[in-house]
Amino acid sequence: MSAQGRTGAGFGRSGFSMGVRFLLLAIACIALMLLDRREQHLVKVRQALSLVVYPVRVAVDFPFSAWHSLNDTFAARDALIAENREFRRERLETESRLQRLEVLERENERLRALLDSTARVGSRALVAEILSVDLDPYRQRLDLNRGLVDDVFVGQALIDAQGVVGQVVRVGPLTSEAVLITDADHAVPVSINRNGLRTIAVGTGDSGRLRLPYLTNNADIVVGDLLISSGLGGVFPAGYPVGRVLEITRRPDQAFAEVVAEPSSSLDRDREVLLVWQEAEDEPAAAEPASEAAVAEAH
Amino acid sequence: MAARRQWWASILSLVATLALASVPLPDMIAPLRPDWVAVVLLYWSLMAPRHFSLMTAFWMGIALDTLTGALLGQNALALLVIVYLADKFHLRLRVFPLSQLAITVLLLLGLYEFILFWIDGMAGRTVPLIERWLPPLTGTLVWCAMYMLFDRREREAPARL
Repeated sequence: MSAQGRTGAGFGRSGFSMGVRFLLLAIACIALMLLDRREQHLVKVRQALSLVVYPVRVAVDFPFSAWHSLNDTFAARDALIAENREFRRERLETESRLQRLEVLERENERLRALLDSTARVGSRALVAEILSVDLDPYRQRLDLNRGLVDDVFVGQALIDAQGVVGQVVRVGPLTSEAVLITDADHAVPVSINRNGLRTIAVGTGDSGRLRLPYLTNNADIVVGDLLISSGLGGVFPAGYPVGRVLEITRRPDQAFAEVVAEPSSSLDRDREVLLVWQEAEDEPAAAEPASEAAVAEAH
Repeated sequence: MAARRQWWASILSLVATLALASVPLPDMIAPLRPDWVAVVLLYWSLMAPRHFSLMTAFWMGIALDTLTGALLGQNALALLVIVYLADKFHLRLRVFPLSQLAITVLLLLGLYEFILFWIDGMAGRTVPLIERWLPPLTGTLVWCAMYMLFDRREREAPARL
């Protein structure tokens, strides 16, 4: 089409000259960024906008989810039978383990009652599907198909069958955005399952790696140690696996050891994750600092 | 009537661009994904500058920010800057042969990435630096492909030097 085709029919053409319009819009952008920086001023605007782009998300996700459901529909009978058999075996295994767990849970409750500390709380979970939408390539983010209508909230923990996945950072009416534990800006409070040593696992931006930068050279940690969420910070429920220690480099001239861990959950292969609600009775966070003080005293 | 149909076509092409910008790619080629929105807006603002205004760039940027979860206004500002520059100098740029146009587009896309990177830095977000160089390169290739496919002007009047 020609350059002078339809001058008046553009979007939002006003009487200002181009330079003035540019300046006004640029100032608007900067104002938006300053307001958005602290995340809470524009929550309503964000929610409205996320509703506007919802069709794009669904349209992008559609071929992928259609492919999956087609696969399910036309799965061969043999494959289904084999899968079913596998599931049965797994269930048997899991159930036998669960029996032991129930006994342990009872025992734990009794011991906690003896210690006069708050009981561990039960939690509710909801399956959320990950939308096949690529977000910022430089950050580890996910889009989920659950939002405000499902009571999702900011800071909610996300787990899968193998362990902690991440947490919700933004909630729209129908979708929400989550950040993975391997995002370079994310950290999880963890403890080492073997000895209860507490530290923090920081993301690297690589979906197969976590860093533990705050462990001294003489910290009691070995390759293969299981890291579980410690429940400190109040975001992640305590006791879920986070990762396994892959390698430890101790340099005599450095105060801290370089520890790399591999996340337990299959972060880049999941299609479904669980959103967890911790039903807080008495704030479990209140009990934690006390126990931490006890640990500090013991040292 | 025709104008109305054209309007719908524009809206559809913009939505398709947003979809392209967020369609999942395998990890191997994901760093090569061109900045689709920037490329398409640059194409329009250089080839048909009165077709899309700054307002379009602004709203596309806001939509992209919402879609990708970036800081609200980040892509919008970067798009505004390059579309403004392209629009302002399009008369001078349009007489360039393709090779020089490609260099201009590469510079503008580089500027786009740089603004995004700069804002990320100021907002205190950690982002890798090296992978930032690839999208402008692939974006320029896509831009040239679009130019060769869609631009009829060149065939009518070959004003090349």
